[in-house]
Amino acid sequence: MIHLLIVGVLVVISTLGMGLLLTSGWILPQQASQQAITIDWLFDIHFWFIAFFVSLICVIILYSIIVFRRKKGEKGDGVYMEGNQRLEIMWTVAPIAIVLWMAIIGGQTLSDVERRDPDAITVDVVAAQWSWRFEYEVTTAEGITSTVVSDTLVLPRNQQVLLRLHSQDVIHSFFVPEFRVKQDILPGGEKYVRELRVTPNTNGEFGLLCAELCGQGHTTMVAAVQVVDGSEFESWLNEQAADCNLSDAECGQRWAQTFGCLGCHTTDGTALIAPTWLGLFGHNVELSNGSTVIADTDYLRTSIIDPNAQIVAGYNPDIMPQNFDEILSAEQIDQIVAFIESLSN
Amino acid sequence: MRFFSTNFFRGLIAQIAGTVLGMGLVMALRVIFGLPLSSPIEADDAHIREVIVVGGVLVGALSFLVGVGVFSDWFKWARGEETSDEHTVDTSKPNWLRYFSVDFDHKVIGVQYGVTSMLLLLFGGTFAMLFRVELAQSGITFLNSEIFKVLLGYDGTHLYNTLMSLHGIVMIGGILLGIGALSNYLVPMLIGANDMAFPRLNAFAFWVNVPGAIILLSSLFLGGFDTGWVGYPPLSLRAPLGMQMFLMGVYLIGVSSIAGSINVIVSILTMRAKGMSMLKMPIFCWAALATALIQFTATQLIGLSFQLVMLERLLGMPFFDSLRGGDPILYQHLFWFYSHPAVYVFILPGLGIISELLPVYVRKPLYGYKWVAFSSLGIAAVSFFVWAHHMFVSGMSPFLRIPFMYSTLLVAVPTGVKFFSWAATLWQGKIEFKTPMLFTLGAVVIFLLGGVTGPPLATIATDLHLHDTWFVVGHFHDTMFGGFIFPIVAAVLYWFPKMTGRMYNEKLGVVTFWFMFIGFMMMSNLQLVLGLLGMRRRVADFDAALGFDSMQLALTIGGFMVFFGMLLFAYNIIRNWTKGEKAEGNVWDSRSPEWQRPNPMPLHNYDQPFEVVGEPYDYGMPNSTYVNMNPAGTNPTAH
Repeated sequence: MIHLLIVGVLVVISTLGMGLLLTSGWILPQQASQQAITIDWLFDIHFWFIAFFVSLICVIILYSIIVFRRKKGEKGDGVYMEGNQRLEIMWTVAPIAIVLWMAIIGGQTLSDVERRDPDAITVDVVAAQWSWRFEYEVTTAEGITSTVVSDTLVLPRNQQVLLRLHSQDVIHSFFVPEFRVKQDILPGGEKYVRELRVTPNTNGEFGLLCAELCGQGHTTMVAAVQVVDGSEFESWLNEQAADCNLSDAECGQRWAQTFGCLGCHTTDGTALIAPTWLGLFGHNVELSNGSTVIADTDYLRTSIIDPNAQIVAGYNPDIMPQNFDEILSAEQIDQIVAFIESLSN
Repeated sequence: MRFFSTNFFRGLIAQIAGTVLGMGLVMALRVIFGLPLSSPIEADDAHIREVIVVGGVLVGALSFLVGVGVFSDWFKWARGEETSDEHTVDTSKPNWLRYFSVDFDHKVIGVQYGVTSMLLLLFGGTFAMLFRVELAQSGITFLNSEIFKVLLGYDGTHLYNTLMSLHGIVMIGGILLGIGALSNYLVPMLIGANDMAFPRLNAFAFWVNVPGAIILLSSLFLGGFDTGWVGYPPLSLRAPLGMQMFLMGVYLIGVSSIAGSINVIVSILTMRAKGMSMLKMPIFCWAALATALIQFTATQLIGLSFQLVMLERLLGMPFFDSLRGGDPILYQHLFWFYSHPAVYVFILPGLGIISELLPVYVRKPLYGYKWVAFSSLGIAAVSFFVWAHHMFVSGMSPFLRIPFMYSTLLVAVPTGVKFFSWAATLWQGKIEFKTPMLFTLGAVVIFLLGGVTGPPLATIATDLHLHDTWFVVGHFHDTMFGGFIFPIVAAVLYWFPKMTGRMYNEKLGVVTFWFMFIGFMMMSNLQLVLGLLGMRRRVADFDAALGFDSMQLALTIGGFMVFFGMLLFAYNIIRNWTKGEKAEGNVWDSRSPEWQRPNPMPLHNYDQPFEVVGEPYDYGMPNSTYVNMNPAGTNPTAH
């Protein structure tokens, strides 16, 4: 009996110590969304159960190791105990009760996390190998609707956002650790668009990470998330809605960034997954079929629209999306070519 | 060199010849049907090459099996010829040759499984060490080396992805073979049989793994694959040729699982010794039975899903390509319908080993034998209803998540029964700390961590954060080390005298344990913490600004300690196989029948059948035995 008493006291002490350690907040990222508050509440319940069960079993094992070890020269067997039906029923029924309760609060927290706000603003998130693009519908005072495309996910604080997730190729996943929520992004058009709701509640800059392995560039498939005040968000959106009134090359640079070109093509001469753009224009390019072409305007335009037509030696086909003629306007393509051209001067 | 006359070597030659022949066959068929053999368009050319190579590799695998001779007796039966008894041993040849030949003795097959398993674990571990070096600090460094580019044709992140994917699947192959080693070596001995029910099927089940493993590993040299071990389409539809080697290799290892499990089920159900009712079996047999039931009924689904991906790649049937009318989520359902139960395949035998070894070293009965036995069946049963918890964020129908959360949390109940029973078994015993016991206790503690980290992944809200982070990696490594690695090390050392007639080195064993235990604790706890902090899994690099560098370095050191520990274990085994101290008689003072026989176990396990007269684990009950080795009416001087 004294054994059980000592073990009991040790379990309580160990549970308190471990539970406080786990729930003191260092073990999860910053809390930056409404959803994170609910989720972290559930995490804390889990942490206390972990602390209790690890303490219970480990204390019994450690105590047995020390107290019930075979002393030197000792012979014979342990105390003969076959089992105890009542005890077995107890430690079957009690866990059933606990897990059922867990499942119930698991369901409640989920419904809380996914609660819909009818006033949520919608952002279309487009994931592709290996870039992110964010599209906002903007209606001006004159009633003209236009689409703002951005490579940064700018969100207003304390406003639920409905993210509609599209993929252009393989499965990706939307994950911002500070928001605590995650959703896989499926290819295949409208039928496969999935939704994710999040209500940021802290201003700041966070990282959006692709959480589903999506190939060679998975590691670097990250984008910036900016949470700002509502008014600041409005003015940013209006600013973006204005047409690109810069030079062709500068607009091209913007599109190259927004539409993910720079996820694979560099502008500093290093070769990542695709050929670099630095010093490309006007120079000879060796192709995988052994021939050589000059990188002129026509070559670049073809390479954007139909990337598999001419593959540069040493690179793989089927890496680059083949639908840029649907995504980009002819003007945007020309501007990107102009940008590449500017990198050779 | 005798080695060159072995079945194994003949099989290898046949596989190479068969592969070449098969490639020729596919090319000939293409010519006959007027299809091109090459194409100026790089993508089409790669596809044609893939069709030819896959055809060749399939013929090669079949050729290996014919060449090695596992079909020979079946061919003879088909021709109406007599075959010799499966247990005749040609004594003119050295004994080691048996291990490189088709042998029908379950003990030889068990060792064959075990050694192949260890080789695969060594490969899987080496892959892990390579990418752990890369992850020891932020920034891509080590894997960008020119050596890899020359050796493999690729480097950098693609190499990282390939190594990470291969680490996963090669370890899984190694574990499946390890399970085969345990059940093949132990089950007949424990139930008092002289062999498995179908010795020839048993040999087939082992040998089909060999071409499987070779094909799987060859993917490293055929472009690799970057999909992780799960191979989700559409990514797996776009991966290089190595993808097909992954799919075919796993397919063959799956065939082995199914064939092997039939043997285990039939042997346990029909070949038990006199008086051994189901509830008087050594507890490991319950675990082996539950495992085999899962393998027998679930493995088909991973075969099916992989087959569909292969067909989609080869023939353009769009099962999973949503851009062409397929459904990528369907694959995930098919895949996890096997691959979730499969993780219970990996752990149940290990948990059986824990239950088997604890009473011997504690000198007390296994607490609540029936409950422990039925908890194995309980885990096996529940395992079929939880697969979609891998898919909480996959985009499947949202309402489906709730029932899967309930079923998943229920797994905690039978698992809890095991933990409480083990704890109660330790209570008031007389515990002896030999190396196998250290590994058993280590397994309990590590598996406990795996157990308690399950519920946060089961409740959907917390899984939204944890899914696809390092937390999952930590949880999984806890279950695999607690449920497989530590128990199998314990089992190999415990039954080492039965296999070899010799003893392992106890001092080295203790050192090995502490190396592995401390290293593993460092490794897995850091994995869990990194995951909670939001580090996603399967990335080749991480942002230095996250401040993970020191943790990642410590994690790498922990990983290397585990790796080094396993090398020490292998050394202990290899060295003492022939040079160890002689181990006579009942080394552990066990009640189990196999320990009442000489070491090493004689060719025919029990030349006279024994009778079960008591309970298997009644340690501490005076004057009781489990088995009567000389039942009345037989000659007691037989051995």
